[in-house]
Amino acid sequence: MWKFIIPFALFLVLGAFLYVGLQRDPSYVPSPLIGKQAPEFSLPSLQDAAYPVASSDLKGKAWVLNVWGTWCGGCRQEHGVLMEIAKQNAVPLIGLDWKDDSAAAQQWLRDLGNPYAAVASDAVGRVAIDWGVYGAPETFLIGPDGTVLYKHIAPMTLEVWAKEFLPRIAAAKAGKGAQT
Amino acid sequence: MNRVLRTLLLAITIAWAGGALAIDTQRAFDDPALQARYENITRELRCLVCQNETIADSNATLAGDLRREVREMIAAGKTDDEIRDFMIARYGDFVLYRPRMTRMNFLLWAAPVLLLAMGAFGLVRVVRRRAAEAKLESEGPEGGQS
Repeated sequence: MWKFIIPFALFLVLGAFLYVGLQRDPSYVPSPLIGKQAPEFSLPSLQDAAYPVASSDLKGKAWVLNVWGTWCGGCRQEHGVLMEIAKQNAVPLIGLDWKDDSAAAQQWLRDLGNPYAAVASDAVGRVAIDWGVYGAPETFLIGPDGTVLYKHIAPMTLEVWAKEFLPRIAAAKAGKGAQT
Repeated sequence: MNRVLRTLLLAITIAWAGGALAIDTQRAFDDPALQARYENITRELRCLVCQNETIADSNATLAGDLRREVREMIAAGKTDDEIRDFMIARYGDFVLYRPRMTRMNFLLWAAPVLLLAMGAFGLVRVVRRRAAEAKLESEGPEGGQS
């Protein structure tokens, strides 16, 4: 009897592992930053290079960092959603313009609207590396205590915003801290 | 014969030309020891944009940026482990082409030994049972026959 049950059970376990494996997106790499202190940065503002955008200015409140670039198709796709999100006024939306042409980026914001409270210009891409960015668009949620609460890799959608971001923002504002 | 020789020459030429397709062609360091370290470490780090390429092989912008980081860290006197830790802190263990043993993947590392042990256990059991059966047969009521 066991001669059949044991191999069959092993087969089922293997099958379950393979089935779960099929459902997962191999291009999704979980960020090691979640739950850790967000990397500090201070970069020139896209609109006025003399004016710095610094992460230290955002201490004490929840905020969102959106990594984008005019060369990135997914960023154009999500831009309308970002405009909607900005209207909700839940948290400040900070843009990180990644390895981009500043003139083109400014034109983009004029044409499509500017959802950002501020845009930092990362021309050399060093801050993006500090944040473990590998494919725009990427969107981080940072808590009032400066920890990274969540990271979304792919164009933002209102569903993801409502399901993953808003509850975490509410919890962070209620002082419950990270909810991962 | 001439044709064979020509085909052979062509094949050799094509094989050699592979080097011309290398992405990271500029030497990073004049010092051969530093250059060797640079080449070694960029060949061990995964480019996360194009996941089956190392940052030495990839022409993605991010790979170029990461090569620059590696170059600057080597120039600043960082050790290979410090450079690896820098990458892991940002991109996770997935950047390593030669994975470390961690709590998460311990079972994977142990699997060959475990499976070998299980196989050996099964083999011993089967052999013992067969030996016992053979003994029973030879010593059974009809013992003596062979």
